[in-house]
Amino acid sequence: MYAQLVKSEGLKPREEMSPEERAFQDRVDNGEKIEPKDWMPEGYRKTLIRQIGQHAHSEIVGQLPEGNWITRAPTLERKAILLAKVQDEAGHGLYLYSAAETLGVSRDELLDKLHSGNMKYSSIFNYPTLNWADIGAVGWLVDGAAIMNQVPLQRTSFGPYSRAMIRICKEESFHQRQGYAIMMKMAFGTPEQKDMAQDALNRFWYPSLMMFGPSDKDSVHSAQSMAWKIKINTNDELRQKFVNETVPQAEYLGLSIPDDKLAWNEEKQGYDFSEPDWSEFFEVIKGNGPCNRERMEARVKAWEDGEWFRDGLNAYAEKAAVRRKAASVAAE
Amino acid sequence: MSKKEWPLWEVFIRGQHGLNHRHVGSLHAPDAEMAINHARDVYTRRREGVSIWVVQSKDITASSPSEKGPLFDPAESKTYRHPTFFDIPEEVGKM
Amino acid sequence: MSEVETNTVATPDDPFVADADLRPALFEWLCRMGDNALILGHRTSEWCGHGPVLEEDIALANTALDLIGHTQMWLGLAGEVEGEGRNADNLAYLRDAMKFKNVLLVELPKGDMAVTMMREFLFDAYHHLLLTWLAENSKSPRVAEIAAKALKEVSYHLDRASDIVVRLGDGTQESHRRMQAALDLLWPYTGELFAGDDVDAAIVEAGIAPDLGALHADWNGLVSEVLEEATLQMPEPGGYAHLGGKQGRHTEHLGFILAEMQFLQRAYPGASW
Repeated sequence: MYAQLVKSEGLKPREEMSPEERAFQDRVDNGEKIEPKDWMPEGYRKTLIRQIGQHAHSEIVGQLPEGNWITRAPTLERKAILLAKVQDEAGHGLYLYSAAETLGVSRDELLDKLHSGNMKYSSIFNYPTLNWADIGAVGWLVDGAAIMNQVPLQRTSFGPYSRAMIRICKEESFHQRQGYAIMMKMAFGTPEQKDMAQDALNRFWYPSLMMFGPSDKDSVHSAQSMAWKIKINTNDELRQKFVNETVPQAEYLGLSIPDDKLAWNEEKQGYDFSEPDWSEFFEVIKGNGPCNRERMEARVKAWEDGEWFRDGLNAYAEKAAVRRKAASVAAE
Repeated sequence: MSKKEWPLWEVFIRGQHGLNHRHVGSLHAPDAEMAINHARDVYTRRREGVSIWVVQSKDITASSPSEKGPLFDPAESKTYRHPTFFDIPEEVGKM
Repeated sequence: MSEVETNTVATPDDPFVADADLRPALFEWLCRMGDNALILGHRTSEWCGHGPVLEEDIALANTALDLIGHTQMWLGLAGEVEGEGRNADNLAYLRDAMKFKNVLLVELPKGDMAVTMMREFLFDAYHHLLLTWLAENSKSPRVAEIAAKALKEVSYHLDRASDIVVRLGDGTQESHRRMQAALDLLWPYTGELFAGDDVDAAIVEAGIAPDLGALHADWNGLVSEVLEEATLQMPEPGGYAHLGGKQGRHTEHLGFILAEMQFLQRAYPGASW
């Protein structure tokens, strides 16, 4: 998902837990929210920082492939909608960094780790947006996949994360729909527009399936995260749900999903589909995706170019505080 | 990394319907005035609010989790504070 | 392009909209208003995803969104006045550079945050004075109505931009240096804001817009006050002014903006998006 391959811990059996850990697990099992000042296992804290941080990084790196088209949007209304959506993503990054900050890590520390390559972001944002229909496909497929994961995460055990998710889900409700609205315009438009729509679907289909991460049936990391309720569904469950919902939407558009094996399976009441090429996924994660270098360069440049700006405003705030103090002393 | 990170602020917003200011989230800003501006830009993008409070996170004193029992348990027994505590005969009508 | 304007709020009667004699000048003047908003909004939107800090990224996007909204209103009315069936999108996406009537100031590259915020401040100070006058005094009810809507947002733009100019001017040595450099760079482009021509004269004559010369003194006062607080050196008023944008003679930059902005509409004529 926006947080893929988050390293967690092995699942600890109950009999090996300390009394504190047991009490903590009971609270999670009872559906209580864990708040920042509550006692929590160190592994819970660390895993959450990794997961929320990765999610936050994905939001702000995710601004880039779409932001790319703001200055080329084909109408004033499309430009405004796209700008508002990409702006929302910055907001979502901000909410998530704030949630991570309640765990005792600063936003600057997290950004440093992103910029130095020590923290990851979702593989999906290393793919390019090449034609206008890609903006539709990103909203429809990428936001659609993200929502699959984010809706259940509103119930996650960590209070600040859950609250951030609730706000994000509320704001994101329009994102997927605007993407699909663009796809409709394109798919039902001129032949050239329909070609663009099909091309976008062809390129984004498998990377979207990869967003859920590799199968985690046997993953011990997932088991612990699920016990802690910071992961709610398995990757395979979500991927299946995504395919089941998306296929009819593609059919409505008259577009074909680039998978010969795609077929309805009556028995499982879901589609059978081909797995994405997982070797490609691991290459992208390692840094060999089509846009990894550009994305990181853009983020690092924004941060470095902004340093004088942030420092300048800090310096003024400090001076102003000193002046206020002097003025109030003088007034006495 | 910049020499110093902008401090963290907590943002409280009162919506159009006159309810209390409610905590909506946090943000970074060099001082209170800029925190107010940022709060407007970040947290009222959908016309959510008419009044904004900001307070530096470090200035908030929070109850400690270990006091949770003594602080909040008494209220739990005061179920009469909730409207459903009172059975009102149906013929009285909606109340 | 088949999309129609969605601005369907009840519009007040406005005799100027159908005034054939005034039509060419009013159309021209409305395009200037709309193009300033469009091009400045375009430049501001270039920051999205590249801002110096998340809070600022979001704030800049808000400003750009406001300006796109103003564009839709001004160019929408321009199309109506012209009466040839062109809507705001047609005007934005299907005119070539020489038909664009924005001032040169707004088309200059976004530069660093110093250039961006200084430009916004210098333009907002003018924009705010102009919209205030239009909202209160314009004899055209449609113009006054649009100005009143835009004014609410531009008041905030001006507050925010002035505040940041003061802070960065009086921040670190580096931020001061950059702000002074931005001011010196942009200053020769501010004269055009107040340089009236025949179009302005006709619109002033009709009581639709104020005499630009009269705004200039107020603008100088407002700007010098903020710059002084920012510890920045205000260049001599009345120095050399780059002119021409309002008449369609632009810098080289505008062509590139349009090449990017209009690409889809040009490559796929008649498609609906």
